[in-house]
Amino acid sequence: MTKSPLALAICTAVLATAAMAQTDKPVLNVLTYDSFTSEWGPGPLVEKTFEAQCGCDLVFSAVGDGAELLARLQLEGKNSTASVVLGLDSNLITLAAATGLFTPHGQNTANDLPVPFADPLFLPYDWGWFAVVYDKTKLPNAPDSFEALAASDLKIVIQDPRSSTPGLGLLLWVKAAYGDRAPEIWSALADNILTVTPGWTEAYGMFTAGEADMVLSYTTSPAYHLIAEGDDSKAAAAFTEGHYLQVEVAGKLSNAPQPELADQFLMFVGSDAFQSIIPTTNWMYPAHHLAAGLPKGFQQMITPKKSLLMTPDEAATARKPALDEWLTALSR
Amino acid sequence: MADRALSLTAAGLAVGIGLLLLAPLAALGLGLQGFSLAPAELAALRFTLWQAVLSAGLSVALAIPVARALARRRFRGRDLLISTLGAPFILPVIVAVLGLLAVFGRAGWVNQTLTGLGLSPVSIYGLQGVVLAHVFFNMPLAVRMILHGWQAIPAERFRLAASLGFSPADTMRHIERPMLRAVLPGVALVIFVICLTSFAVALTLGGGPKATTVELAIYQALRFDFDLAGAARLALVQFALCTAAYAVATRLALPTGFGAGQGRAGGPPAPKGWPLRLDVLVIIFAAMFLALPILAVVLDGLPGMLDLPPQVWQAAARSLIIALASTAISLGVALTLALAAARGRNWPGFAASLPLAASSLVLGTGLFLILQPYFRPASLALPVTMAINAALSLPFAFRILAPEARSLFDDYNRLTSSLGITGFARLRFVVLPRLSRPLGFAAGLVAALSMGDLGVIALFAGEGEATLPLLVQRLMGAYRIQTAASAALLLVSLSFALFWGFDQWGRRHASA
Repeated sequence: MTKSPLALAICTAVLATAAMAQTDKPVLNVLTYDSFTSEWGPGPLVEKTFEAQCGCDLVFSAVGDGAELLARLQLEGKNSTASVVLGLDSNLITLAAATGLFTPHGQNTANDLPVPFADPLFLPYDWGWFAVVYDKTKLPNAPDSFEALAASDLKIVIQDPRSSTPGLGLLLWVKAAYGDRAPEIWSALADNILTVTPGWTEAYGMFTAGEADMVLSYTTSPAYHLIAEGDDSKAAAAFTEGHYLQVEVAGKLSNAPQPELADQFLMFVGSDAFQSIIPTTNWMYPAHHLAAGLPKGFQQMITPKKSLLMTPDEAATARKPALDEWLTALSR
Repeated sequence: MADRALSLTAAGLAVGIGLLLLAPLAALGLGLQGFSLAPAELAALRFTLWQAVLSAGLSVALAIPVARALARRRFRGRDLLISTLGAPFILPVIVAVLGLLAVFGRAGWVNQTLTGLGLSPVSIYGLQGVVLAHVFFNMPLAVRMILHGWQAIPAERFRLAASLGFSPADTMRHIERPMLRAVLPGVALVIFVICLTSFAVALTLGGGPKATTVELAIYQALRFDFDLAGAARLALVQFALCTAAYAVATRLALPTGFGAGQGRAGGPPAPKGWPLRLDVLVIIFAAMFLALPILAVVLDGLPGMLDLPPQVWQAAARSLIIALASTAISLGVALTLALAAARGRNWPGFAASLPLAASSLVLGTGLFLILQPYFRPASLALPVTMAINAALSLPFAFRILAPEARSLFDDYNRLTSSLGITGFARLRFVVLPRLSRPLGFAAGLVAALSMGDLGVIALFAGEGEATLPLLVQRLMGAYRIQTAASAALLLVSLSFALFWGFDQWGRRHASA
């Protein structure tokens, strides 16, 4: 009785391998993060649209998130079969560049980000403002700054900067906005932080379950609820000190097995065809203005008056000391 | 001789397990120079140990009265309750956390009741929450393992005690306490080591970086710092702790050797009066504690059950195949090692317990490093996941089988040897029928655990190879909270169905 499931499993494994049968088309491997390739992310549509124009087979392989992507890349090193990496967070690109695995993308660096951003190795494809998201029906008057939040008795769930990219974003947000006053802000926030989760998923799940008043997410998170669920109760709080940006970038690997296809794909990433898929699948802003404008519903999102973003080098230098300040303030 | 063949096979398996666990560690630790822990890592180590000791101690202390009440009382729904005891342990972490929060959280049922009564609410966040969650996960497992201990005492012993006019205290001292002495150290060890490697639960319910565990430090080292040697160093610390805990547990555990009975059903005496009232109270309290969070998970998931997307069903099928294959591997290895351990050797138990201390993250990353130059990672997703799930669930299967394999050997070895029943015939006619109850329970637990695990598949899975837990994660990542809750309910139901099916099979064969 114990034998048959095993045999079945082996058969399945063999069949699965055989099913990756050869096609004559060249294969372009793109390494990205999980929520990009999932059935509900941009992946399926991007794949269909690009394959229609390249005569190739676009294959995504995915890991957890932007931070894991970099770790995976370092694990694979020069053995990687990927030609393009898509989904690195701009806060991590100094580390990524230091691996020496990337080669200049050679694309036009013009874009419509709210802050200047041009990098020879990394091409931004979407971006968003980090924001504190809350429920309007439960909280009519949201705080308008970290200091107002600290003065309130509201409870927020945040992500750990040691294990998640939004968590790292928040760390750099407070640092960019308050500089040397960052430790003071964190100490004041300590009693408002309900808990710290390892990743975005747990935090957002706790917020939607009604466990916390607020959660660290993006200004565009309410767009999902509005457009996909017809629920306009969620909103992002506009903070007067400004909002930190998350910029997601793509890069070309120097050992790319398909360098020409990689160039063609990166060109496609900057095109309207790719960019128009982003808003309602990745729930971020496209890096270029769309010919047809943003989908209906995005106009209701808040537009921060001030955008904050450290340069990749500043972010790389600031991370360790800011993390120590954060740990000290919240470990008391 | 058959004994020799068994020993050799067991030794081969033990070496195999050692290699599977240590090779990835070695692959990561190649650049390791020197060995010292930073202050933050020491603090993490202290917290990790402290919460694990508390969680294990409390789980076992609470499990004893529950197991005793279940062993000596018969009531409607008892079988259902005993089977349901497996459920918390097999819940995916994030689902369990949301279930616990629905009951004990800030806006949970308990606090709503408290504020409704005009009392001040209690906070789950902090050490108390971490321990509460760990007790929720592990106390039921402890109950089941201790209950097996009670059920393994031959009914003849209790009858003899009664006819000798033993008071309940005498029965406790001469029959029940030796059994507990044999079973408890192993149970506490398993729970202690499970809690050592806890990370998402500890951080989320611990309320912040105070509740940093060693496993989180490993995660950080692997993901953000890409400090492979640092991760290997911390993983070595976990191994050392597990080894020390194992040594302590082995010294404390004494074999019982009640002698063989005729396999009749029976249990400890069931006095009336206040012991009965106490037992009723204990059972109701335990059932509520376990059932309410699960009820919250069910209520959360039900609304979207009917329109789950097709990917969910495909992922469910993939997960089922993985779970069944892992179960077959894990049980085969566990039975071999348990039979070898029954001959009074310590090393099979040690080999079987090693995977408990392994961080699945280190294991996955190390295997990835080793295999990736030769194979396409995605082509290995299923076999690697099966192997790792089997290895990681081996300690549980072994712990469940070992005590009863030991009594079986002590009680029947001379008889079967003198009758010349050896080899396959012995397995078929003596071992399997006698062990079918723990085998069924172990198979159910392993299958359910393998359904729920996602640590390793995430590293290897390519396009279209997602398992159900990974899909739940992806759904949540794509804001599909309701669909995710329903997919999670499907996952829990399937895990529970597997667990229930195997467990029932074992218990039916045991009583036949």
